[in-house]
Amino acid sequence: MAVQLSVNDAKRTVSAEPEKPLLWVLREDLGLPGTKFGCGTGLCGACTVMIDGKTVRACMTPISAAAGKHVTTIEHVATTAVGKRVTEAWVELDVPQCGYCQAGQIMSATALLTAQPNPDAAAIDAAMRGNLCRCATYLRIRKAIQSAADAGSEGAKA
Amino acid sequence: MSRPSTLNRRAFLTVALAAGTAVTFTADMTIAAGTKAKPVLLNAFIRIDADNRVTIGSKNPEIGQGVRTMLPMLIAEELDVDWSQVIVEPTLANEALYGPQSAGGSRSTPVNWMPMRQVGAAARQMLLQAAAKTWSVEASSLTTASGYIHHKASARSAPYSAFILQAAGQPSPSLASVPLKAASDFKIIGQSITGVDTPDVVKGKAVFGIDVSLPGMVYAAIELCPVFGGTLAWMDEASTKALPGIIAIVPLNSGLIPSGPNDAVAIVADSWWTANRARQTLKAQWKTDGLTDFSTASYEQAAAALHKTAPQKDLVKIGDASGAMASAAKTVSARYSYPFIAHATLEPQNSTALFSDGKIEIWAPSQTPAAGGMMVGQVLGLAPEAITVHITKSGGGFGRRLMNDFTVQVAQIAKALPGRPVKLIYNRADDMQHGFYRPAGWHQFEAGLDANGAIVALKDHFVTPSDKGRPVRAGDMSPAEFPAKFVANVLFGQSMVPTNMPTGYLRAPTSNAMAFVFQGFLDEVAEAGGMDLPELMRRTMGEARAVPFYDRGPVFDTGRARGVIDKVCAMAGWTGRTKSAEGKGRGFGFYFSHSGYFAEIVDITVTQGTRIKVDKVYVAGDIGRQIINPMHAEQQVQGSVIDGLAQALAGQKIQQVDGAVTQKNFGDFPLLRIDAAPAQIEVAFVKTDVPPTGLGEPALPPVIPALANAIYAATGQRLRDLPLRLGV
Repeated sequence: MAVQLSVNDAKRTVSAEPEKPLLWVLREDLGLPGTKFGCGTGLCGACTVMIDGKTVRACMTPISAAAGKHVTTIEHVATTAVGKRVTEAWVELDVPQCGYCQAGQIMSATALLTAQPNPDAAAIDAAMRGNLCRCATYLRIRKAIQSAADAGSEGAKA
Repeated sequence: MSRPSTLNRRAFLTVALAAGTAVTFTADMTIAAGTKAKPVLLNAFIRIDADNRVTIGSKNPEIGQGVRTMLPMLIAEELDVDWSQVIVEPTLANEALYGPQSAGGSRSTPVNWMPMRQVGAAARQMLLQAAAKTWSVEASSLTTASGYIHHKASARSAPYSAFILQAAGQPSPSLASVPLKAASDFKIIGQSITGVDTPDVVKGKAVFGIDVSLPGMVYAAIELCPVFGGTLAWMDEASTKALPGIIAIVPLNSGLIPSGPNDAVAIVADSWWTANRARQTLKAQWKTDGLTDFSTASYEQAAAALHKTAPQKDLVKIGDASGAMASAAKTVSARYSYPFIAHATLEPQNSTALFSDGKIEIWAPSQTPAAGGMMVGQVLGLAPEAITVHITKSGGGFGRRLMNDFTVQVAQIAKALPGRPVKLIYNRADDMQHGFYRPAGWHQFEAGLDANGAIVALKDHFVTPSDKGRPVRAGDMSPAEFPAKFVANVLFGQSMVPTNMPTGYLRAPTSNAMAFVFQGFLDEVAEAGGMDLPELMRRTMGEARAVPFYDRGPVFDTGRARGVIDKVCAMAGWTGRTKSAEGKGRGFGFYFSHSGYFAEIVDITVTQGTRIKVDKVYVAGDIGRQIINPMHAEQQVQGSVIDGLAQALAGQKIQQVDGAVTQKNFGDFPLLRIDAAPAQIEVAFVKTDVPPTGLGEPALPPVIPALANAIYAATGQRLRDLPLRLGV
């Protein structure tokens, strides 16, 4: 089956079975391996991407459900103002250790700050609890989100 | 103090071969592309191009410990270049050329601290010799800074790149005698340097093992015998092979790790998702005779029964423990246990291989890539020259990737499909159910105290899983577990429970379990003696001195132990285990492992009777005189602390029923989530004037007993079994 969708602002046509998960389409068919496979059941968040601005777990999303929609992945997230602030904060604080979960973390953090520009500590934890980090970079993830939020506030004032 | 360098002049032989020519670290010379002139290799680790850019080969596997950044920092420091000039590139696996290339045992720092600095210093000497000849001056009149050579008397300066061809022709100085910088001159060592891969990670461009992509690559999923040690009895592959996209069905027996049967069937397809889905159509029967009686319940029953009898053998017998116990003023006894647990790296096990023309090329997220290549050679009957191993980034290691089972498997699959690159990926259930688990253990303790609360007798009956009449891998107990060397009458006995579970080294192996049981029990002993655990530790250790033959370190230095204990107590304002408020408690733990001394204090709040919230953790560590990259050092410690908290609090327990593991994913084997992480983990280092040691592991063990002891302080309940659960 041919599925048409927009991936990172580019129109793509994918020939795949309709139930093939978006994760494997991105990784195998579209050459975008930044989105990671962790659990296959939506428990770890490593495969988090955005569809029409909302986060989804790509491992649980059949490609048919993405037809005609706009998919944004880690490779493109920094093209948005919020995504740029988030990735800059991630580098500034050197959040990653092994780095494997970080694509998913950054996608979730970007979605959070897009919806809620100044989250408090509890809101950050609530929004990020779906993303596991086996290296346990959680303290820096919290700080980086706070830092990106602060950078956004300063930008808004300027 | 540091081990003799295993890196020798072989690393410099390439200079002779390489003089005046471009040579690469890896098969694909990515860095050279786009440069005007070809860069020159000064030694096996250092390449300098015409624009004075310095490419440094980083030889060890990166698993999240920061080693890919840290080892090049050591080289760059002594080469005397600016970090901003440096480009880091991974090397191939080639231990003959680069020295040891494993990630394990917190060994990368102590093993490489001198050799990597010597590599940089030797290259700098070669550049100085070349400049001296070119300018006809004494080398001793030259100075270096930021990748430039200066001759003050004649006011001449030139970049290293001006001398690279001549330098490559210079004889390499002796590594052992090459002068090194004084610590006061360090410009890179001791600075917080951002991880070299971080910019790529945040763009999704860092290449992990699972991301390796080769032209014409096919994908393999694997159906492993669910019962450890079982063999393939019968298979009907016809209906599977008929499915669209399926390329091959390949029966496997990696046979090497673990030793003995390890049958599996690989399904190869044009998509991993297709291969993995096709597993449900495969009809296979496994021969598991005699293997299905193994279960968690049977181990626990056997351990309980063994604890009612005398140990099968003595491990440590000092003085007369029974006699001293009988005449002690007070005795304390308790039974502790911990379960099998999995490594649960977030990147599932995977590996990629291409077999063609009698040679194999491997891309492996391995902690021991060279060993993986050797195993492949043994299983496929290939000579070392026929095997090339690329070291990829790993999405976590924690000891799981010390094993190369997945690489041996993909090599077998690749051999069946010559000319086609194959990537094998485990799904999460495969990963969870086919690990090399931290072994369970059971301890029956008894201590005898004198009237002052001092320990006069100590007994431990340790029950450990066994295979072929020996404790399983990582199931041994050190005869020097604290306080064995500090008590006059000690009896450690051991009994064994046979298992078919494959076991292995999990971050801080043995220590992650022993710290919990010993420091947990000692907290009870301290209370019975009318003191707190830090005080019991101080009194038991006595004066500052080096006690030989302790754990993996060359010695156990009671002065260094006392240093971190005092430091963490000062940081936290420790005044004993008394409750500060309703539901709040704090506990202490100390452990020495991997040459590192760590004391930790955990503050918790218990709500609704059973919910444990960790508020703050204080850590004081001593790993020698130099913290190489302070930011990454703090990360390792904070990560280790949360890793330990996850083992204790999240509910991690691998269970076996009918010979097979039942856990499948993060639902039944949970990791700690962000909302359970402490608000703060305060880290301080105590400096002792010895060469630096590693930090991947030693901060983990003490947090587990510190947490258990905090729960006791808050609730009065002693939790003696991992994972910790209140009110069940």
